[in-house]
Amino acid sequence: MPSDQERILARAAREILPGQIVNLGIGLPTRLFHYMPDDLEVLVHSENGVLGCQPLADGSTPDYEMIDSGGAYIGTRPGASVFDSALSFAMIRRSRVDVTFMGAFEVDEQGNLANWKIPGKFSPGIGGAMELAQKVEKLVVLCSHNDKHGNSKILKQCRLPLTAPRCVSLIVTEKAVMEVTDEGLVVRDIAEGLDVATLRAATEAELIIDESRIGRF
Amino acid sequence: MTLLNQKYASVEDAIAMIPDGASIMVGGFGSPGTPFALLDELLAQGQKGLTLIKNDANEPDIGIGRLIRAGRVDRLITSHIGLNRVAIEEMNQGRLAVEMYPQGILVEKIRCAGAGHLGFLTDIGLETEIARQRREIELNGQTCAIEPAINADFALIHADIADTYGNLAYRGTAINFNPLMAMAADSVIAQAYQVVSPGELKPEAVHTPCAFVNRVVQVDPASSEQGIRAHAV
Repeated sequence: MPSDQERILARAAREILPGQIVNLGIGLPTRLFHYMPDDLEVLVHSENGVLGCQPLADGSTPDYEMIDSGGAYIGTRPGASVFDSALSFAMIRRSRVDVTFMGAFEVDEQGNLANWKIPGKFSPGIGGAMELAQKVEKLVVLCSHNDKHGNSKILKQCRLPLTAPRCVSLIVTEKAVMEVTDEGLVVRDIAEGLDVATLRAATEAELIIDESRIGRF
Repeated sequence: MTLLNQKYASVEDAIAMIPDGASIMVGGFGSPGTPFALLDELLAQGQKGLTLIKNDANEPDIGIGRLIRAGRVDRLITSHIGLNRVAIEEMNQGRLAVEMYPQGILVEKIRCAGAGHLGFLTDIGLETEIARQRREIELNGQTCAIEPAINADFALIHADIADTYGNLAYRGTAINFNPLMAMAADSVIAQAYQVVSPGELKPEAVHTPCAFVNRVVQVDPASSEQGIRAHAV
């Protein structure tokens, strides 16, 4: 049995298509590097100013002037470029990044995303998340379905300050894959071994489920 | 402007230009591109009441983290300080005024100042809580927010190679905010691992032309600090 995080990562990685420019958010999304086949021709963008980064090979000596936006030392792959941070955000605002992956505190039926601030508890600043969320065509959220108290993170309406409104395309949790549509959240896949009633019970948001068309992951 | 042949300086003399109460842009995204040697000299000389403009707050014991910890900084304009628990604590205690912007907005405010403009219009952050503190206008039927440019008295820059006229070349992801800040501040002090004679840097290898730079100092690469791999994979 894969762990919840492994299940999320393996499923989310299927959203990366050959030839794309991809941004991986800090934390869980960065681990998608390890779910991408070596021969997959994609360039990974990092908002500090690099296109075409990749993890360092084990045991290799880091170049101390090469990091990604999460602070990890990186290498580059053929076709890579480095540039200043203004250009890096121009690339984002001009929607030249095809797909971005981010974590979430809350996400809702309209595709609103909250992942940067919990008033009174956590406010380190938004970094690059707002522009990525607002301007990248396809935003895939990777998160646990419920918080540590068991509360649904998939809501009817976000309560925390938004990162961006109506920005999420797809939500991948350990329980389900949900697409944000004009009609609401359409469940595309349900985790192996999970039934629809249990999924609904674990979810605050209204889910649109056509059981004849559900995939498993 | 400083004459071309009067820019090469000692780190002590260059930092001595900075008075108490100055506003200072500091290059770097995390450790790469942070001018550690210039910041340590600023700590040693004791200037206080500073306003710093930097993408992040480094970490508690390196770079601008040392200045914040020493109580030299009154105000910080930034986009993310999550790796510096001391800065967060100082902010929460009301001892450090922190102004935060989305990263691309912060860097664009700096770029804009460096290009000689007063501000720009954007749709980033409409319908979010950052919209509350901004003025919005209609342009061609579209709502946009006004983002004023950010200038500073000084910029502290880290380059890989400089020449004595002040031409700068950066390396790797140490570029980040540096070339933008080098254009946006009134006086620009650049540190470089290598300072060469004019002509040794090929014209097309220059990222920041010397016209923007006032002082160049040579620093030992060993003076740089790498920080923790906070989010290492």
